[in-house]
Amino acid sequence: MSFFFEVLIGGLLSGVMYSLVALGFVLIYKASGVFNFAQGAMVFFAALTYVGLLEHGFSPWLAVPATLLVMILLGLVTERVVLRPLVNQPQITLFMATIGLAFFIEGLAQIVWGANVRGLELGLQDEPIQWVTDTTGMNVSKFDLVAAGVAALLVTALALFFSRTRIGRALRAVADDHQAALAVGIPLQQIWAIVWGVAGAVALVAGLLWGARNGVQFALTFVALKALPVLILGGFDSIPGAIVGGLIIGASEKLAEVYLGPFVGGGIEGWFSYVFALMFLLVRPEGLFGEKHIDRV
Amino acid sequence: MLYREAGQFKVSYAQDQQIFPIRQDRVAVLALVAIAFIVIPVVGNQYWLSAIFIPFLIFSLAALGLNILTGYAGQLSLGTAAFMAVGAFASYNFMLRVPGMPILLAFAGGGTVAALVGILFGLPSLRIRGFYLVVATLAAQFFILWFLTKVGWITNYSSSGVITAQQIVILGYAFNTATSKYLLVLSIVTVMALAAKNMARGNIGRSWMAVRDMDVAAEVIGIRLMRAKLLAFAVSSFYCGVAGALIAYAYLGTVEPEAFSLDLSFRILFMVIIGGVGTVLGSFLGAAFVTLVPVLLSVTVRFLDSSLDLHIAESAISNLELMVFGGLIIFFLIVEPHGLARLWQIAKEKLRLWPFPH
Repeated sequence: MSFFFEVLIGGLLSGVMYSLVALGFVLIYKASGVFNFAQGAMVFFAALTYVGLLEHGFSPWLAVPATLLVMILLGLVTERVVLRPLVNQPQITLFMATIGLAFFIEGLAQIVWGANVRGLELGLQDEPIQWVTDTTGMNVSKFDLVAAGVAALLVTALALFFSRTRIGRALRAVADDHQAALAVGIPLQQIWAIVWGVAGAVALVAGLLWGARNGVQFALTFVALKALPVLILGGFDSIPGAIVGGLIIGASEKLAEVYLGPFVGGGIEGWFSYVFALMFLLVRPEGLFGEKHIDRV
Repeated sequence: MLYREAGQFKVSYAQDQQIFPIRQDRVAVLALVAIAFIVIPVVGNQYWLSAIFIPFLIFSLAALGLNILTGYAGQLSLGTAAFMAVGAFASYNFMLRVPGMPILLAFAGGGTVAALVGILFGLPSLRIRGFYLVVATLAAQFFILWFLTKVGWITNYSSSGVITAQQIVILGYAFNTATSKYLLVLSIVTVMALAAKNMARGNIGRSWMAVRDMDVAAEVIGIRLMRAKLLAFAVSSFYCGVAGALIAYAYLGTVEPEAFSLDLSFRILFMVIIGGVGTVLGSFLGAAFVTLVPVLLSVTVRFLDSSLDLHIAESAISNLELMVFGGLIIFFLIVEPHGLARLWQIAKEKLRLWPFPH
């Protein structure tokens, strides 16, 4: 039984990592209805920029704000160059544009910083915490726990930002209804710029944690794909959904790999979360927390 | 002046309903087909035929398949490559396990198996739509590839999971050369494109378009949603399956499941979007764009590199290509969100008026 809980906790904690990436998607989808496929590329870009700056002799305390600045700039430029000319286009066109953007960012990142795999040291060891192992006999990674803490902090900050600040209220208004928001005088494009900036910041956090965990390499861009089932489960437009979805996906994936994998030859982690999310969708087509869709002719 | 339909009267229903109602269009299409069948095999060399034209035609077919699903029926899919893989591996097994199997029938069989798989993964589309459906098709993409790798029987227990396609022999004639393979692919693509064009403008196509524009409204006026959507998945997957089989048999020769990765799905989606959603012509234009632009880019970059003596590293070149390709996609979407097919439409309108301003 303790093994079961160990797998469960490991899964939940890795689910938090998925949630971090999913958060970036949700932010942009909520405010502009764009399904931003470039989020994975942004995560990669952030991690690579941070490592690159370190290599150029920046201290970590300077590199983080510098990277944050770069990411916010990237978000602003994206909004200005890619999204503004595509206002009022169908969602699929915007989605394709973000795929093009993903290619562009991936190419840019590797030209500027080089394509070799690099490690990222945050001063956190990916090792079990001793006293937890002693008292319960389970291995819980210190790194995962810190990641979960960071995620919790980020979500709280975002929740406060959305509910307490003037900009946050404007964001929610835009998310509810673009035209109504415009009508009451909310500057739509300014709001979009802010959202892309915030998404860039979230990408930085995700990039640092994922980079420290897996190394900074091209494979980081695939992290975005892992976030998709999380989005489905939680609903595209719900921040708590992204967290809960991440936890469920992380836990179910690990449990399935351990308990189901041996029967079918292993390696099911690659698709299990998708099929799981699919099954879930058949029961609740709008996700756990997504807004219920009403069809009208 | 040249492109004007004035004076071309329709005097029978058959004339009114023909595929290309304008004479100039008919002439142009026939000329194009004649060029494709006669001039290109004569003029083109081995490299052009087997590295440019054959993949271009095969990807056109796959793009056509996806266009039926996404462009006409409005169901977004990212599982295209997986359905192609099903077609390729099913054809291989038909040839391997059925003695004396005619190859064209094996292609059709591969397409049919892909269609059945497509229906299976299309079932969720009855409940969900939009980006949620994208994830459902992603499930197909990952699950099918995993399945093909894990089940040894499919690859005939080859240790690396790679299959080597059997030789194409039709009625005792072996298709060995690039020219003969090109002609075979071209014939299949021509027939299937014609079929797609007719489907799209007929009863089925109209019900698909009604579903695309608003499925609830379509259901209200009496279109059977389930039938229309699943049919779209079946037909689309059939086209993709045949394209996959052609990739294995006429283009690559040896394939592994990894050749049909998500990357390929994206490329085919690009072809559809850049070419023009919901047009048959667009599938071809998009496939030409996506196949040719990387080749042109790498030639240009290498030329600049050698002539200007820049000594750009090999990895930088490929990254530069990635950037330019991504930038071009964004550029095209901004300039013409309806794709290259719409540009062609606009050109035709202009031609009609030319040389007058109005």
